[in-house]
Amino acid sequence: MENKAIVCKELTKQFGDFKAVDKISFEVSEGEIFGFLGANGAGKTTAMRILCGLSYPTSGEASVAGFDVYKQQEKIKKNIGYMSQKFSLYDNLTILENIEFYGGVYGVSRPEIKERSTELVKMLGLEKEAKKLVGGLPLGWKQKLAFSVAVFHRPKIVFLDEPTGGVDPITRRQFWDMIYEAAASGITVFVTTHYMDEAEYCNRISIMVDGRVEAIDSPAELKKRFNTTSMDEVFYELARNAQRAAD
Amino acid sequence: MMVTLKLVCTEKFFGQNNSFMSAVTLKNCIKKYGDFVAVDDVSFEVQKGELFGLIGPDGAGKTSVFRILTTLLLADSGTAIVEGHDVVKEFQEIRNKVGYMPGKFSLYQDLTVQENLEFFATIFGTTIEENYELIKDIYDQIKPFSNRRAGKLSGGMKQKLALCCALIHKPEVLFLDEPTTGVDVVSRSEFWQMLIKLKEQKITIVVSTPYMDEAKLCDRIALMQNGKIMSVDEPKNIIKSFPKTLFAAKAKNIYKLLQDFRTDKEIESCDAFGEFIHITLISEDANEERVKEIAKKYNPENFKVKIIEPTIEDTFIRLMREQNNLGELKEIVNGK
Repeated sequence: MENKAIVCKELTKQFGDFKAVDKISFEVSEGEIFGFLGANGAGKTTAMRILCGLSYPTSGEASVAGFDVYKQQEKIKKNIGYMSQKFSLYDNLTILENIEFYGGVYGVSRPEIKERSTELVKMLGLEKEAKKLVGGLPLGWKQKLAFSVAVFHRPKIVFLDEPTGGVDPITRRQFWDMIYEAAASGITVFVTTHYMDEAEYCNRISIMVDGRVEAIDSPAELKKRFNTTSMDEVFYELARNAQRAAD
Repeated sequence: MMVTLKLVCTEKFFGQNNSFMSAVTLKNCIKKYGDFVAVDDVSFEVQKGELFGLIGPDGAGKTSVFRILTTLLLADSGTAIVEGHDVVKEFQEIRNKVGYMPGKFSLYQDLTVQENLEFFATIFGTTIEENYELIKDIYDQIKPFSNRRAGKLSGGMKQKLALCCALIHKPEVLFLDEPTTGVDVVSRSEFWQMLIKLKEQKITIVVSTPYMDEAKLCDRIALMQNGKIMSVDEPKNIIKSFPKTLFAAKAKNIYKLLQDFRTDKEIESCDAFGEFIHITLISEDANEERVKEIAKKYNPENFKVKIIEPTIEDTFIRLMREQNNLGELKEIVNGK
């Protein structure tokens, strides 16, 4: 049987009367690139926080990298990587210091950090900048570095929360090259985006509306089902009747 | 009647004092922060009543341009004129005539929807009632929440309130800095519907966005990158200016195809675009057959190719590469 990186069964998160996440069920296979899409306020962030071991669900079941979201949060955290546009690197640390810091937090040994950070900096073509503060780097480089740092400890799953927002179109594509490489090396990729062309780069996507997963399939199948040639329209059809519009 | 009106308009548009009729004129503007050139010799003009888009990624210099035009930032050199007023000498006149919605939510979080709107109306010496017609369509959508504090509104609602506040003094020019960033497809499309309605009310709109697909909704656009404007024109002309035949290809394993094509000497550029990859060939007389021939070398499964019309994003990528190549050439010339 194919191994599952993420399994959710009727996962629910309730704040008072408000069902932020409403009985969502899905599975993500190992090495898959899974796009987690949804309207603003649909509950993506809440669901993602549960899967990252940062928040407990109200009911339902879920496991991430084989660990239970209720009982094994710390084990989940050790086995995943996370990056978002808003929070990724420390601007006041240098490139090398950032790598060292994150590597250390995730328990990579010192000699290994030393060896592999040199490798990484070389691979990214940032040798000259290695000892410069991250704050001064152009956004595109920051994003690429942030991704590399998120997978530095070779996690089983990496969660990417709108990783390419505001990035120029060339860097955005280079970023996806990195995602493909990571997936090819066996890392499962769980990614959210507002760019519908990026939804097409995923093996499968789910679309959340008002706390529920309204559709889940490969982009090609979804387009077929909605009888259209663009993911924009699929999304529009599903999300236009959304009742919620929170952030 | 129609004829006279037309004549008057034409005269106004092409009259001697051309800058008088432009809503916005920016000439050779430069803004540096330390060594970093945020706005690098930027010039453009926006006509009255135009919906003008500044298209570019974060760090392109869009916000600095907005802040210069709304008199919130002094340029190092160059001139900027808004509604006939110089941004330095006559900044007060400009402030009364423009509405500005910054990229970051800047209303008072502790005031309610109603209070925010009243506050902005009052400081501009007007009332909500006086210009209600202008904001009615937008305000109606947030009216049920008029007693809610702005800080407690959802993203979409905040955006609508901010737009109302920017419009309440009936500005002649509206500056919107990335109003749709981080917003889902449905809300983005609703927001643009609102802009198109505002345009019908003869308000000049200057809007910035990192989403290339929104560019086609503007009358004219400026493509911006690294502080420079790469091109200013109508979207359709920018698309027409794409110098090569563009192909869209796909195969079962699209990523492998992309990698193979990147190494091929006959291929000038290939970039992922959703389920397709967009390709140009080095040769000038490119056709689908030729692309199929090239693909054969790599045995892709289910290979398909067709000629397509370029998008703004295709053009943007191409111009970016030209800019980068030019930069590298300069470095070589300067002996770096």
